[in-house]
Amino acid sequence: MSEPERQHLTPNQRAWRRFRAHRAAVISTWYLAFLLIAIVAWPVVLKCSTANFAHMHDPDQLSDAQFVHPSLQHWFGTDFHGRDLFSRVLYGAQISLMVGIFGAGVSLVIGVLWGAVAGYVGGRLDGFLMRIVDILYSLPSIIFVIVLLSTLGEILKQSHYVTSSPRLAGQLRVILLFVGLGAISWLTMARIVRGEVLSLRSRAFVDAGRVLGAGNRRILFWHIIPNIMGVVITYLALTMPSIILYESFLSYLGLGVQPPMASWGTLMVEGVSQINPIRIYWWLILFPSGVLVTTLMALNFLGDGLRDAWDVKGK
Amino acid sequence: MYFVKRLMYAVPLLLIISALAFGLVRMAPGSPFDRERVPASPEIERQLKAKYHLDEPVIKQYGRYLNDLLHGDFGVSTKYRNHTVNDIIEQALPVSMLLGGLAFCFAMAIGLPVGFITAARKGQWPDVIGGLLSLLTVCIPSFVIAPLLILDFSVKWNLLPVGLWGTPARMILPTLALGMFFVGKVARLFREGMISAMQSEYVRAARAKGLGETTLLLKHACRLAILPVVSFAGPMLADLLTGSFIVENIFQIPGIGIFFVNSTSNRDYTMEVGLALLYAILLVLLNLLVDFIYTLLDPRVKYE
Repeated sequence: MSEPERQHLTPNQRAWRRFRAHRAAVISTWYLAFLLIAIVAWPVVLKCSTANFAHMHDPDQLSDAQFVHPSLQHWFGTDFHGRDLFSRVLYGAQISLMVGIFGAGVSLVIGVLWGAVAGYVGGRLDGFLMRIVDILYSLPSIIFVIVLLSTLGEILKQSHYVTSSPRLAGQLRVILLFVGLGAISWLTMARIVRGEVLSLRSRAFVDAGRVLGAGNRRILFWHIIPNIMGVVITYLALTMPSIILYESFLSYLGLGVQPPMASWGTLMVEGVSQINPIRIYWWLILFPSGVLVTTLMALNFLGDGLRDAWDVKGK
Repeated sequence: MYFVKRLMYAVPLLLIISALAFGLVRMAPGSPFDRERVPASPEIERQLKAKYHLDEPVIKQYGRYLNDLLHGDFGVSTKYRNHTVNDIIEQALPVSMLLGGLAFCFAMAIGLPVGFITAARKGQWPDVIGGLLSLLTVCIPSFVIAPLLILDFSVKWNLLPVGLWGTPARMILPTLALGMFFVGKVARLFREGMISAMQSEYVRAARAKGLGETTLLLKHACRLAILPVVSFAGPMLADLLTGSFIVENIFQIPGIGIFFVNSTSNRDYTMEVGLALLYAILLVLLNLLVDFIYTLLDPRVKYE
């Protein structure tokens, strides 16, 4: 609008330019990248450092140093069991971020396919698929997730893999959590994608493709879905924070990962449960919540930046 | 006419939801009688099951349940044996509805002005600060906010009571804790709606005709900008009115939110299905209301 563009830019290049102009989104991207590096690098640092350092920062290592204030040895202080909080926050980040990424993945695969097929085929199938979404929407999500978690959990508990190894049982619980949260994450995406596909279906370029002899599958996957990727990526960035937040609520209900494993949610719940009128271990609340809140804000800013970049209309 | 048709469509939807909830709940392992203090002898358990007709085939149970439902009877709770689900809903729902209604009003009363100001001053410091604050409230879980509110307002400054329900003073903190998230949500949605409304043709036309900026924003842009908030408000109100487990749990409020979680972990079959239906009915009605308000606000919207 402002100045005539000198060279020809593809839509993606233009989007990239707009994204870079969005300062909060760029800072958020750097922040998230930095966080990811820290999460990946910290276990490596512990492995390579001296035995003493590694021992002191082992996230599962109990010690007598209860409730130590943040200091040079323990940057984020220690918790009730004398465990180093900095390590626990970074290890907990693995679970929290994985939950978010997995939920986003489910909504990318199931949500996009579901909505695209419904919108493209239309008619009876559309009605059928979208009624299923409506029904799942109308179930209280907390009842749905708890029933799903306990049903699948019981089935898995009876299989002999789990009874033989407790460590595997813990990991299976994490996977269950992923599935439970993934099951509710794709509904909004399906609705949005359906609406987008519906409006693209009757556009001229689709007719042109059909005239040139492209089959339904080719039109859907090569012509329509690439055109809605901007919307999809934007909503993926906005789905992640809501799933991470939901995980923290499940942790509050005691349905999240089981100790000694940790997620940001369980760490925050631990910190909050230590509040009493006499003293408050502020670092137990501030650091886990601080990291969670800044991450969620960064993801939201990222989503806003992507939305502006691709000029996605608000729903 | 359209809305009558929509109401008719809601009936099969609710039927399917009841069937799904019914099946899902019984698919879950365990039974309502697993958590007795003393493990029941097989005979007692058999009799309990016979009393609640749990020994019949599921289809027959469901038929019986539907029949009761037609008479407005949600059945007897399998956990709180002396109470019907109707009793519990009657007792707990008004509390949750009051709390949810207050939180809804709070969210609208703060969220809409904040959204308006941030949109009107887009890119300037009120926008930056307001946007940051409203995003912050969306990102902090209520189970962190609520204890901190109690710690400051009740314990340190002794201004407000710590918990429980009844007097207006007791309602302030739970309303804040529950409504905070939605304040941010409403503000962000309204800001977005305002910005896209201000770019639309009819606002430009009104501006070209020399309308003052204040009238333009308040009378013309707002009307369209409120639409995203309205469509979010339907599901949001359904969530708020059926209570929040977390806030009710922290403040020890005898609302219905707690039953959503407890009924599921107690395998309280009738309670779970009853609550799922209650939620679904509320959601359907509120979505209908949303669509109706749409036609009032935007005359271009026509339903066939």
